[in-house]
Amino acid sequence: MKPRRNSGYFKAILAIAWKDLAAELRSRELLSAMLVFALLVILIFNFALELDPGTRRIATPGILWTTFAFAGTLGLNRSMAIEKDRGCLDGLLLAPVDRSAIYFGKLLSNLVFMLIVETIVLPVYSVLYNLNLFVPGLIGIILLGSFGYVAVGTLLSSMAVQTRTRDVLLPILLFPVVIPVLVAAVKASAGFLEGIAFAEILPWLNILLVYDVVFTAIAFMVYEFVVEE
Amino acid sequence: MIHVRKLVKRFSLKTVLRGLDFEVREGEFVVLLGPNGAGKTTFMRILASLSRQTLGEVRVAGHSLPGQAAAVRRSLGVVSHLPLLYGDLTAEENLRFFGRMYDLPGQEPRIPEVLEIVGLTARRHDLVRTFSRGMQQRLAIGRAILHDPEVLLFDEPHTGLDQDACDMLDRLLKEVSGRGRTVVMTSHDLSRVESLGTRFDVLTRGVIAVSTAREQLRGNLLDFYREALQ
Repeated sequence: MKPRRNSGYFKAILAIAWKDLAAELRSRELLSAMLVFALLVILIFNFALELDPGTRRIATPGILWTTFAFAGTLGLNRSMAIEKDRGCLDGLLLAPVDRSAIYFGKLLSNLVFMLIVETIVLPVYSVLYNLNLFVPGLIGIILLGSFGYVAVGTLLSSMAVQTRTRDVLLPILLFPVVIPVLVAAVKASAGFLEGIAFAEILPWLNILLVYDVVFTAIAFMVYEFVVEE
Repeated sequence: MIHVRKLVKRFSLKTVLRGLDFEVREGEFVVLLGPNGAGKTTFMRILASLSRQTLGEVRVAGHSLPGQAAAVRRSLGVVSHLPLLYGDLTAEENLRFFGRMYDLPGQEPRIPEVLEIVGLTARRHDLVRTFSRGMQQRLAIGRAILHDPEVLLFDEPHTGLDQDACDMLDRLLKEVSGRGRTVVMTSHDLSRVESLGTRFDVLTRGVIAVSTAREQLRGNLLDFYREALQ
Protein backbone atom coordinates (compact mmCIF):
# COMPACT_ATOMS: atom_id res chain seq x y z
CA MET A 1 0.00 0.00 0.00
CA LYS A 2 1.61 3.25 -1.09
CA PRO A 3 0.64 6.48 0.63
CA ARG A 4 -0.55 9.49 -1.31
CA ARG A 5 1.80 12.43 -1.62
CA ASN A 6 1.16 16.14 -1.05
CA SER A 7 -2.22 15.67 0.59
CA GLY A 8 -1.22 14.77 4.09
CA TYR A 9 -0.15 18.12 5.54
CA PHE A 10 -3.51 19.26 6.89
CA LYS A 11 -4.49 15.70 7.74
CA ALA A 12 -1.34 15.43 9.89
CA ILE A 13 -2.14 18.72 11.67
CA LEU A 14 -5.65 17.53 12.49
CA ALA A 15 -4.40 14.06 13.46
CA ILE A 16 -1.97 15.52 16.03
CA ALA A 17 -4.63 17.83 17.47
CA TRP A 18 -7.14 14.94 17.59
CA LYS A 19 -4.58 12.69 19.28
CA ASP A 20 -3.79 15.29 21.96
CA LEU A 21 -7.46 15.97 22.67
CA ALA A 22 -8.40 12.26 22.76
CA ALA A 23 -5.49 11.45 25.10
CA GLU A 24 -6.33 14.41 27.33
CA LEU A 25 -9.99 13.38 27.50
CA ARG A 26 -8.81 10.13 29.09
CA SER A 27 -5.97 11.31 31.33
CA ARG A 28 -7.11 14.89 32.15
CA GLU A 29 -3.62 15.47 33.53
CA LEU A 30 -2.93 18.63 31.55
CA LEU A 31 -6.27 20.44 31.68
CA SER A 32 -6.88 19.72 35.35
CA ALA A 33 -3.45 21.07 36.31
CA MET A 34 -3.95 24.23 34.21
CA LEU A 35 -7.45 24.79 35.50
CA VAL A 36 -6.73 24.28 39.19
CA PHE A 37 -3.69 26.54 38.90
CA ALA A 38 -5.67 29.29 37.10
CA LEU A 39 -8.52 29.19 39.61
CA LEU A 40 -6.07 29.32 42.52
CA VAL A 41 -4.34 32.36 41.04
CA ILE A 42 -7.55 34.38 40.68
CA LEU A 43 -8.64 33.29 44.14
CA ILE A 44 -5.32 34.39 45.67
CA PHE A 45 -5.48 37.72 43.85
CA ASN A 46 -9.04 38.18 45.12
CA PHE A 47 -8.02 37.76 48.76
CA ALA A 48 -4.61 39.38 48.51
CA LEU A 49 -5.64 42.63 46.85
CA GLU A 50 -9.02 43.23 48.55
CA LEU A 51 -9.85 45.83 45.94
CA ASP A 52 -12.75 48.26 45.84
CA PRO A 53 -15.09 47.91 42.81
CA GLY A 54 -13.43 50.75 40.84
CA THR A 55 -9.91 49.44 41.30
CA ARG A 56 -11.05 45.91 40.49
CA ARG A 57 -12.06 46.98 37.00
CA ILE A 58 -8.67 48.63 36.47
CA ALA A 59 -6.73 45.62 37.81
CA THR A 60 -8.79 42.99 35.97
CA PRO A 61 -6.90 42.89 32.63
CA GLY A 62 -3.58 42.49 34.44
CA ILE A 63 -4.88 39.73 36.75
CA LEU A 64 -6.55 37.91 33.86
CA TRP A 65 -3.51 37.88 31.60
CA THR A 66 -1.15 36.97 34.42
CA THR A 67 -3.42 34.01 35.17
CA PHE A 68 -3.62 32.97 31.50
CA ALA A 69 0.14 33.30 31.02
CA PHE A 70 1.08 31.22 34.07
CA ALA A 71 -1.54 28.53 33.44
CA GLY A 72 -0.57 28.47 29.76
CA THR A 73 3.09 27.86 30.59
CA LEU A 74 2.08 24.89 32.70
CA GLY A 75 0.11 23.43 29.79
CA LEU A 76 2.80 24.10 27.17
CA ASN A 77 5.47 22.42 29.28
CA ARG A 78 3.35 19.35 29.92
CA SER A 79 2.14 19.05 26.34
CA MET A 80 5.68 18.67 24.97
CA ALA A 81 6.95 16.69 27.97
CA ILE A 82 4.34 13.98 27.21
CA GLU A 83 5.82 13.64 23.71
CA LYS A 84 9.42 13.58 24.92
CA ASP A 85 9.10 11.32 27.98
CA ARG A 86 7.48 8.47 26.10
CA GLY A 87 9.72 8.87 23.05
CA CYS A 88 6.67 9.84 21.02
CA LEU A 89 8.35 12.91 19.57
CA ASP A 90 10.56 10.56 17.55
CA GLY A 91 7.41 8.79 16.38
CA LEU A 92 6.06 12.12 15.10
CA LEU A 93 9.38 13.09 13.53
CA LEU A 94 9.47 9.79 11.63
CA ALA A 95 6.26 10.64 9.77
CA PRO A 96 6.84 11.70 6.13
CA VAL A 97 5.30 15.15 6.54
CA ASP A 98 6.86 18.58 6.70
CA ARG A 99 7.80 19.05 10.34
CA SER A 100 5.94 22.34 10.52
CA ALA A 101 2.77 20.18 10.46
CA ILE A 102 3.82 18.89 13.89
CA TYR A 103 4.16 22.49 15.08
CA PHE A 104 0.71 23.48 13.82
CA GLY A 105 -0.87 20.32 15.25
CA LYS A 106 0.60 21.01 18.68
CA LEU A 107 -0.30 24.71 18.38
CA LEU A 108 -3.92 23.79 17.65
CA SER A 109 -4.26 21.44 20.61
CA ASN A 110 -2.42 23.84 22.98
CA LEU A 111 -4.74 26.65 21.86
CA VAL A 112 -7.82 24.51 22.49
CA PHE A 113 -6.56 23.64 26.00
CA MET A 114 -5.88 27.30 26.76
CA LEU A 115 -9.28 28.40 25.45
CA ILE A 116 -11.05 25.74 27.53
CA VAL A 117 -9.30 27.02 30.67
CA GLU A 118 -10.16 30.62 29.77
CA THR A 119 -13.79 29.68 29.14
CA ILE A 120 -14.02 28.32 32.67
CA VAL A 121 -11.94 31.06 34.32
CA LEU A 122 -13.96 33.98 32.90
CA PRO A 123 -17.33 33.17 34.55
CA VAL A 124 -15.62 32.26 37.83
CA TYR A 125 -13.73 35.55 37.73
CA SER A 126 -16.97 37.43 36.95
CA VAL A 127 -18.62 35.94 40.04
CA LEU A 128 -15.63 36.40 42.38
CA TYR A 129 -14.90 39.99 41.32
CA ASN A 130 -18.50 40.94 40.53
CA LEU A 131 -17.63 42.16 37.03
CA ASN A 132 -19.20 41.47 33.65
CA LEU A 133 -16.41 40.12 31.42
CA PHE A 134 -18.64 38.98 28.58
CA VAL A 135 -17.76 41.91 26.34
CA PRO A 136 -17.41 40.85 22.65
CA GLY A 137 -14.26 42.94 22.18
CA LEU A 138 -12.60 41.33 25.21
CA ILE A 139 -13.41 37.85 23.88
CA GLY A 140 -11.73 38.80 20.57
CA ILE A 141 -8.64 40.06 22.42
CA ILE A 142 -8.48 36.84 24.44
CA LEU A 143 -8.55 34.82 21.20
CA LEU A 144 -5.83 36.93 19.54
CA GLY A 145 -3.64 37.12 22.64
CA SER A 146 -3.95 33.41 23.36
CA PHE A 147 -3.03 32.57 19.79
CA GLY A 148 0.12 34.72 19.96
CA TYR A 149 1.06 33.29 23.34
CA VAL A 150 0.58 29.69 22.20
CA ALA A 151 2.31 30.29 18.83
CA VAL A 152 5.52 31.36 20.57
CA GLY A 153 5.04 28.98 23.49
CA THR A 154 4.72 25.90 21.27
CA LEU A 155 7.94 26.79 19.45
CA LEU A 156 9.89 27.51 22.63
CA SER A 157 8.54 24.50 24.52
CA SER A 158 9.78 22.31 21.63
CA MET A 159 13.23 23.80 22.23
CA ALA A 160 13.08 23.65 26.03
CA VAL A 161 11.89 20.03 26.11
CA GLN A 162 15.23 18.90 24.64
CA THR A 163 17.04 20.15 27.75
CA ARG A 164 17.34 18.73 31.24
CA THR A 165 16.05 21.95 32.83
CA ARG A 166 12.97 22.22 30.62
CA ASP A 167 10.52 23.08 33.46
CA VAL A 168 12.59 26.07 34.50
CA LEU A 169 13.79 27.00 31.04
CA LEU A 170 10.43 27.51 29.32
CA PRO A 171 9.22 30.48 31.41
CA ILE A 172 12.70 32.05 31.22
CA LEU A 173 12.66 31.82 27.42
CA LEU A 174 8.98 32.51 26.93
CA PHE A 175 8.12 35.49 29.13
CA PRO A 176 10.61 37.98 27.62
CA VAL A 177 9.46 37.06 24.11
CA VAL A 178 5.73 37.35 24.87
CA ILE A 179 5.96 40.72 26.60
CA PRO A 180 4.58 42.51 23.48
CA VAL A 181 1.57 40.14 23.45
CA LEU A 182 0.89 40.58 27.14
CA VAL A 183 1.26 44.38 27.09
CA ALA A 184 -0.95 44.73 24.00
CA ALA A 185 -3.52 42.25 25.33
CA VAL A 186 -3.70 43.96 28.74
CA LYS A 187 -4.04 47.43 27.19
CA ALA A 188 -6.67 46.33 24.65
CA SER A 189 -8.60 44.35 27.30
CA ALA A 190 -8.60 47.41 29.59
CA GLY A 191 -9.83 49.53 26.69
CA PHE A 192 -12.81 47.25 26.05
CA LEU A 193 -13.67 46.91 29.76
CA GLU A 194 -13.55 50.67 30.29
CA GLY A 195 -15.53 51.36 27.11
CA ILE A 196 -12.80 53.44 25.42
CA ALA A 197 -13.31 54.40 21.76
CA PHE A 198 -12.32 51.64 19.33
CA ALA A 199 -9.86 53.93 17.52
CA GLU A 200 -7.79 54.16 20.70
CA ILE A 201 -7.73 50.38 21.10
CA LEU A 202 -6.88 49.74 17.44
CA PRO A 203 -3.08 50.23 17.75
CA TRP A 204 -2.93 47.50 20.43
CA LEU A 205 -5.04 45.23 18.26
CA ASN A 206 -2.66 45.83 15.37
CA ILE A 207 0.31 44.91 17.53
CA LEU A 208 -1.40 41.66 18.50
CA LEU A 209 -2.24 40.83 14.89
CA VAL A 210 1.26 41.59 13.60
CA TYR A 211 2.83 39.63 16.45
CA ASP A 212 0.61 36.61 15.73
CA VAL A 213 1.42 36.65 12.01
CA VAL A 214 5.17 37.26 12.44
CA PHE A 215 5.75 34.61 15.08
CA THR A 216 3.63 32.01 13.32
CA ALA A 217 5.66 32.62 10.15
CA ILE A 218 8.96 32.39 12.06
CA ALA A 219 7.88 29.14 13.71
CA PHE A 220 6.81 27.72 10.34
CA MET A 221 10.28 28.43 8.93
CA VAL A 222 12.45 27.32 11.84
CA TYR A 223 10.55 24.44 13.45
CA GLU A 224 12.40 21.74 11.49
CA PHE A 225 15.73 22.98 12.88
CA VAL A 226 14.35 23.34 16.40
CA VAL A 227 13.30 19.68 16.67
CA GLU A 228 16.26 18.22 14.82
CA GLU A 229 19.17 16.76 16.77
CA MET B 1 18.97 -0.40 -0.57
CA ILE B 2 21.14 1.42 1.99
CA HIS B 3 24.33 3.10 0.89
CA VAL B 4 26.58 4.99 3.33
CA ARG B 5 29.97 6.48 2.42
CA LYS B 6 32.52 8.18 4.68
CA LEU B 7 29.91 9.05 7.30
CA VAL B 8 31.09 11.40 10.03
CA LYS B 9 29.02 12.56 12.99
CA ARG B 10 30.33 15.04 15.53
CA PHE B 11 28.65 16.33 18.68
CA SER B 12 30.55 19.52 19.55
CA LEU B 13 34.11 18.28 20.03
CA LYS B 14 33.25 14.58 20.23
CA THR B 15 33.43 12.55 17.02
CA VAL B 16 31.13 9.52 17.23
CA LEU B 17 31.25 8.21 13.66
CA ARG B 18 34.59 8.46 11.84
CA GLY B 19 34.19 7.89 8.12
CA LEU B 20 31.85 4.89 8.33
CA ASP B 21 31.09 2.90 5.14
CA PHE B 22 28.03 0.64 5.07
CA GLU B 23 26.12 -1.12 2.30
CA VAL B 24 22.94 -3.20 2.54
CA ARG B 25 21.37 -5.03 -0.39
CA GLU B 26 17.63 -5.50 -0.82
CA GLY B 27 16.23 -8.29 1.37
CA GLU B 28 19.29 -8.51 3.63
CA PHE B 29 18.91 -8.71 7.43
CA VAL B 30 21.98 -6.99 8.84
CA VAL B 31 22.70 -7.16 12.55
CA LEU B 32 24.88 -4.35 13.82
CA LEU B 33 26.89 -5.31 16.88
CA GLY B 34 29.18 -3.21 19.03
CA PRO B 35 29.98 -2.13 22.57
CA ASN B 36 28.12 0.66 24.35
CA GLY B 37 29.13 4.05 22.99
CA ALA B 38 30.33 2.65 19.68
CA GLY B 39 27.84 4.86 17.80
CA LYS B 40 25.17 2.29 16.85
CA THR B 41 22.20 4.37 17.97
CA THR B 42 23.68 7.54 16.47
CA PHE B 43 24.10 5.69 13.17
CA MET B 44 20.53 4.34 13.30
CA ARG B 45 19.17 7.82 14.05
CA ILE B 46 20.96 9.19 11.01
CA LEU B 47 19.52 6.40 8.82
CA ALA B 48 16.08 7.18 10.27
CA SER B 49 16.54 10.92 9.42
CA LEU B 50 16.19 11.82 13.10
CA SER B 51 19.71 13.21 13.16
CA ARG B 52 21.80 14.93 10.49
CA GLN B 53 25.26 13.73 9.53
CA THR B 54 28.19 16.13 9.84
CA LEU B 55 29.84 14.79 6.67
CA GLY B 56 29.37 11.92 4.26
CA GLU B 57 26.83 10.43 1.89
CA VAL B 58 23.72 8.54 3.06
CA ARG B 59 21.15 7.01 0.69
CA VAL B 60 18.18 4.94 1.80
CA ALA B 61 15.82 3.30 -0.73
CA GLY B 62 17.28 5.47 -3.48
CA HIS B 63 16.80 8.77 -1.63
CA SER B 64 19.58 10.85 -0.13
CA LEU B 65 19.73 12.29 3.36
CA PRO B 66 19.16 14.92 4.57
CA GLY B 67 17.88 16.37 1.26
CA GLN B 68 15.10 13.86 0.62
CA ALA B 69 14.25 13.08 4.24
CA ALA B 70 10.48 12.90 3.72
CA ALA B 71 10.88 10.29 0.94
CA VAL B 72 13.28 8.30 3.13
CA ARG B 73 10.84 8.38 6.05
CA ARG B 74 8.08 7.11 3.77
CA SER B 75 10.12 3.98 2.98
CA LEU B 76 11.23 3.35 6.59
CA GLY B 77 9.74 1.59 9.59
CA VAL B 78 11.53 2.16 12.90
CA VAL B 79 11.34 0.21 16.16
CA SER B 80 13.49 1.30 19.08
CA HIS B 81 13.70 0.23 22.71
CA LEU B 82 11.00 2.85 23.40
CA PRO B 83 7.65 1.92 21.82
CA LEU B 84 6.94 5.48 20.52
CA LEU B 85 3.25 4.95 21.31
CA TYR B 86 0.65 6.96 23.23
CA GLY B 87 -0.40 5.29 26.47
CA ASP B 88 -3.71 7.13 26.69
CA LEU B 89 -4.86 5.91 23.27
CA THR B 90 -6.02 2.38 22.49
CA ALA B 91 -3.98 0.07 20.23
CA GLU B 92 -6.35 0.74 17.35
CA GLU B 93 -6.34 4.52 17.93
CA ASN B 94 -2.54 4.55 17.96
CA LEU B 95 -2.42 2.79 14.59
CA ARG B 96 -5.16 5.02 13.19
CA PHE B 97 -3.20 8.10 14.32
CA PHE B 98 0.03 6.94 12.69
CA GLY B 99 -1.93 5.92 9.58
CA ARG B 100 -3.14 9.52 9.31
CA MET B 101 0.38 10.83 9.84
CA TYR B 102 1.51 8.68 6.88
CA ASP B 103 -1.59 9.73 4.90
CA LEU B 104 -2.41 6.11 4.08
CA PRO B 105 -5.32 5.68 1.71
CA GLY B 106 -7.88 3.15 2.90
CA GLN B 107 -6.07 2.63 6.21
CA GLU B 108 -9.12 1.16 7.94
CA PRO B 109 -8.75 -2.38 6.47
CA ARG B 110 -4.98 -2.26 7.08
CA ILE B 111 -5.34 -1.70 10.84
CA PRO B 112 -7.08 -5.03 11.66
CA GLU B 113 -4.60 -6.76 9.35
CA VAL B 114 -1.63 -5.31 11.26
CA LEU B 115 -3.22 -6.04 14.64
CA GLU B 116 -3.65 -9.64 13.48
CA ILE B 117 0.03 -9.88 12.45
CA VAL B 118 1.22 -8.65 15.85
CA GLY B 119 -1.35 -10.77 17.72
CA LEU B 120 -3.21 -7.93 19.40
CA THR B 121 -6.64 -8.16 17.81
CA ALA B 122 -8.29 -9.11 21.09
CA ARG B 123 -6.74 -6.09 22.85
CA ARG B 124 -7.39 -3.54 20.10
CA HIS B 125 -9.75 -1.45 22.24
CA ASP B 126 -7.50 -1.43 25.33
CA LEU B 127 -5.38 1.54 26.32
CA VAL B 128 -1.71 1.01 25.51
CA ARG B 129 -0.69 1.99 29.04
CA THR B 130 -2.41 -1.19 30.29
CA PHE B 131 -0.21 -3.33 27.99
CA SER B 132 2.83 -5.27 29.17
CA ARG B 133 6.23 -4.18 27.83
CA GLY B 134 6.20 -7.09 25.36
CA MET B 135 2.76 -6.19 24.04
CA GLN B 136 3.79 -2.56 23.63
CA GLN B 137 6.82 -3.68 21.64
CA ARG B 138 4.63 -5.86 19.41
CA LEU B 139 2.34 -2.91 18.77
CA ALA B 140 5.43 -0.80 18.04
CA ILE B 141 6.28 -3.30 15.29
CA GLY B 142 2.70 -2.93 14.04
CA ARG B 143 3.21 0.84 13.91
CA ALA B 144 6.47 0.36 12.00
CA ILE B 145 4.97 -1.92 9.33
CA LEU B 146 1.63 -0.10 9.01
CA HIS B 147 2.70 1.74 5.84
CA ASP B 148 4.38 -1.38 4.43
CA PRO B 149 7.92 0.06 4.35
CA GLU B 150 10.76 -1.36 2.25
CA VAL B 151 13.32 -0.91 5.03
CA LEU B 152 12.99 -1.72 8.74
CA LEU B 153 15.33 -0.36 11.41
CA PHE B 154 15.30 -2.07 14.81
CA ASP B 155 17.35 -0.35 17.50
CA GLU B 156 17.79 -2.82 20.38
CA PRO B 157 14.18 -3.97 20.30
CA HIS B 158 14.74 -6.64 22.98
CA THR B 159 15.69 -4.15 25.71
CA GLY B 160 13.61 -4.61 28.85
CA LEU B 161 11.74 -7.69 27.63
CA ASP B 162 11.51 -10.99 29.52
CA GLN B 163 12.39 -14.33 27.92
CA ASP B 164 8.88 -15.14 26.67
CA ALA B 165 8.36 -11.67 25.28
CA CYS B 166 11.76 -11.88 23.52
CA ASP B 167 10.80 -15.23 21.94
CA MET B 168 7.52 -13.82 20.73
CA LEU B 169 9.29 -10.72 19.41
CA ASP B 170 11.80 -12.87 17.53
CA ARG B 171 9.01 -14.83 15.83
CA LEU B 172 7.44 -11.54 14.83
CA LEU B 173 10.76 -10.10 13.60
CA LYS B 174 11.27 -13.18 11.43
CA GLU B 175 7.77 -12.89 10.05
CA VAL B 176 7.91 -9.19 9.16
CA SER B 177 11.44 -9.39 7.77
CA GLY B 178 10.66 -12.54 5.80
CA ARG B 179 8.43 -10.57 3.45
CA GLY B 180 11.30 -9.33 1.31
CA ARG B 181 12.05 -6.35 3.50
CA THR B 182 15.53 -5.03 4.17
CA VAL B 183 16.33 -4.98 7.88
CA VAL B 184 19.07 -3.37 9.96
CA MET B 185 19.03 -4.25 13.64
CA THR B 186 21.31 -3.32 16.55
CA SER B 187 21.54 -5.63 19.51
CA HIS B 188 23.69 -6.74 22.43
CA ASP B 189 21.99 -10.15 22.67
CA LEU B 190 24.27 -12.25 20.46
CA SER B 191 22.60 -15.61 21.10
CA ARG B 192 19.24 -14.20 20.10
CA VAL B 193 20.29 -12.42 16.90
CA GLU B 194 22.46 -15.28 15.59
CA SER B 195 19.45 -16.98 14.02
CA LEU B 196 17.88 -13.73 12.79
CA GLY B 197 20.60 -12.02 10.74
CA THR B 198 21.89 -12.86 7.30
CA ARG B 199 24.95 -10.64 7.91
CA PHE B 200 26.75 -9.41 11.01
CA ASP B 201 28.70 -6.15 11.18
CA VAL B 202 30.68 -4.95 14.17
CA LEU B 203 30.74 -1.20 14.75
CA THR B 204 33.51 -0.02 17.00
CA ARG B 205 35.33 3.32 17.40
CA GLY B 206 33.01 4.91 14.86
CA VAL B 207 33.63 2.57 11.92
CA ILE B 208 32.50 -0.88 10.76
CA ALA B 209 35.49 -2.96 11.90
CA VAL B 210 34.43 -6.37 10.56
CA SER B 211 31.58 -7.76 8.52
CA THR B 212 30.58 -11.35 7.76
CA ALA B 213 27.72 -13.25 6.17
CA ARG B 214 26.06 -15.86 8.40
CA GLU B 215 27.17 -18.76 6.22
CA GLN B 216 30.78 -17.56 6.48
CA LEU B 217 30.73 -17.48 10.27
CA ARG B 218 33.43 -19.77 11.68
CA GLY B 219 32.33 -20.93 15.11
CA ASN B 220 29.62 -19.01 16.90
CA LEU B 221 28.73 -15.32 16.80
CA LEU B 222 30.21 -14.66 20.23
CA ASP B 223 33.67 -15.81 19.10
CA PHE B 224 33.40 -13.69 15.96
CA TYR B 225 32.37 -10.66 18.00
CA ARG B 226 35.19 -11.06 20.55
CA GLU B 227 37.70 -11.44 17.78
CA ALA B 228 36.39 -8.31 16.06
CA LEU B 229 36.77 -6.21 19.19
CA GLN B 230 40.41 -7.21 19.70
